[in-house]
Amino acid sequence: MAEDKPKGLQEKLEKNVFALLLMVAFVLSIGGIVEIVPLFYLENVLEDNALASDGSPRFPELAGVRPYTPLELAGRDIYLREGCYACHSQMVRPLRDEKERYGHYSLAVESKYDHPFQWGSKRTGPDLARVGGKYSDEWHVAHLLDPRSMVPESVMPRYRWLKDAPIDVVSLKKRVGAMKAIGVPYSEKEIADVSTAVAGKTEMDAMVAYLQSLGTMVKFREGRDYRE
Amino acid sequence: MEGTHEKESYNFEIVQWFSVAAVIYLVVGALLGVIIASQLSWPALNLDIPYLTFGRLRPLHTNAVIFAFGGCTLMGASFYIVQRTCSVRLWSDKLAWFTFIGWNLVIVSAVITLPLGFTQGKEYAELEWPIDIAIALVWVAYAFNFIMTIVKRRNSHIYVANWFFIAMMVMITYLHVVNSLAIPVELFKSYSIFSGVHDAMIQWWYGHNAVGFLLTAGFLGIMYYFVPKQSDRPIYSYRLSVLHFWALVFGYVWIGGHHLLYTALPDWVGSLGAIISIGMIIPSWGGAVNGMMTLSGAWDKLRTDYVLRFLIVSLAFYAMSTFEGPMMSLRTVNSLSHYTDWTIGHVHSGALGWVVMVSTGAIYHMLSRLWNKQIYSARLVNFHFWIHTIGIVIYICAMWVSGIMQGLMWRTYDEYGNLVYTFAESVAAMHPYYVLRTLGGVLVLAGALVMLYNTVMTINKSKAVA
Repeated sequence: MAEDKPKGLQEKLEKNVFALLLMVAFVLSIGGIVEIVPLFYLENVLEDNALASDGSPRFPELAGVRPYTPLELAGRDIYLREGCYACHSQMVRPLRDEKERYGHYSLAVESKYDHPFQWGSKRTGPDLARVGGKYSDEWHVAHLLDPRSMVPESVMPRYRWLKDAPIDVVSLKKRVGAMKAIGVPYSEKEIADVSTAVAGKTEMDAMVAYLQSLGTMVKFREGRDYRE
Repeated sequence: MEGTHEKESYNFEIVQWFSVAAVIYLVVGALLGVIIASQLSWPALNLDIPYLTFGRLRPLHTNAVIFAFGGCTLMGASFYIVQRTCSVRLWSDKLAWFTFIGWNLVIVSAVITLPLGFTQGKEYAELEWPIDIAIALVWVAYAFNFIMTIVKRRNSHIYVANWFFIAMMVMITYLHVVNSLAIPVELFKSYSIFSGVHDAMIQWWYGHNAVGFLLTAGFLGIMYYFVPKQSDRPIYSYRLSVLHFWALVFGYVWIGGHHLLYTALPDWVGSLGAIISIGMIIPSWGGAVNGMMTLSGAWDKLRTDYVLRFLIVSLAFYAMSTFEGPMMSLRTVNSLSHYTDWTIGHVHSGALGWVVMVSTGAIYHMLSRLWNKQIYSARLVNFHFWIHTIGIVIYICAMWVSGIMQGLMWRTYDEYGNLVYTFAESVAAMHPYYVLRTLGGVLVLAGALVMLYNTVMTINKSKAVA
């Protein structure tokens, strides 16, 4: 084969695997860096950073977003374990029909303590971002035990094992501690009190507590636009 | 393509193992797909057993197809291609075996942990942190062995298929490491260190590039070797392959944001993702055209060569789904299609049409060469081709109809300005299409079983090719 001197960049790369590797690694990194890195320092990514002209928070109602209580967090972990995110989204889009069906569009600040996020990608079942307070606790229990008893058309599995499963308090304590370690503002007292907070509770109680918390932390003000 | 030197003995044993594993995992992945499709059609099939519910089996299905079937196909085929195009044996047999055994242990651990509900809760990245570490180690060992094999090649130019594999190896390393960053709580429990909007963007940068680099770049590498080999023609255009390679490597990375249009992610990211998604039609079609036009002057081969049929039709599906994808990232289309079955149909036209078909073609091609035997039954290859194709068409059409219907039902208003349908009514309307989709899946599964049978019979056949 011809052993000419490389004529251009492409030919150099084709003849030197390390040069090719470096070039590929460089080109591959550009898009991610441009799109992801700014999200960590741009101020308008989370809506509660917006300030009014006097320097006070522009949307004081957004301060209502709080970490999940230990019971809600236990419920959220069950939500993850059961793979609920495969069929339920938690992200209401700013579209007319979604506002009427689900409520106010979701804000980034509402999921700022969600490790990991649960926005989802599919609605085999309805969006749950604002399901909190929509139904009674009893409805949720009956629905989780047998979805078709409440919604005949439903294709959701029955979650009967939640009813009698106790919450693992030792594990939950570690989980709240881990959340604190990655920046979720739990107090030492909250961690110390985990066992009393969930004493005697079942996984069903935790699941219902989590569902009832969804979308309820911000009391939206009529006519306000939270996003530019 | 192969060097002019006398062939030294290649390590084909490792390729044999990966190929057989891939065929088995195709059956497993398709079976899981049929099970979960049936559960959506008839929810009683969740059987009230926690380990077998849709929510726990669905991640197992996606992991089985993407990482078990896709991974084994890619590792096997890339080890085959790199040896033949560099005219040298693999750099390290030991590292290759480490890769095979390690990757399969990862798969076994997925089969155990996912039904038990151990998950990080991020789509396509569900496996918990100890398994994530194992994946990283095996992946780097695989990439290192591959690159060192290229280093000791006997020819001067690195063949185009290998560029694509290198891009895949680098990008998957980036994605896996960043998206899996988590704080361990217990052996099988961890929390992503990112939250909310940041976690969402990183997840979809991961999610779409797993499609872009594992399921696209990697399989384009397979295409660039097996299409010219099977058709006995040179690649249509070298220049086109250079252009579309760099365009694809640069562009794919940007488009994850199109999964998050209209969400709480800042608009500019989603819009940027959508714009570049449209632009990606060009490099994607560059690859499809380059593969298909390789056949120019030899189209008649499609009538007699069933393996070639798989390869060429896979490119047709590739072209179709890389057109559909950019369309779905247009805001107006996305507002309807997002959250619906249309997305599921789109994914499967890519996965079943492009990935599985190009893999199937490649594996059938390798079978006879790896074992030095003629394929047991060419007629069964043809049968597999048709049953698979019909299965996909049924699947995709069912999902198009159900997806668009869902999207429309959710936003239909009556003359008084009220929503016409409850959500539950839209679920009920999906039933016939979910049953049809299950039927499509059964055909694909049947095809995979035929392939497994044909593979076993070929290997067991006594007569070697003269």
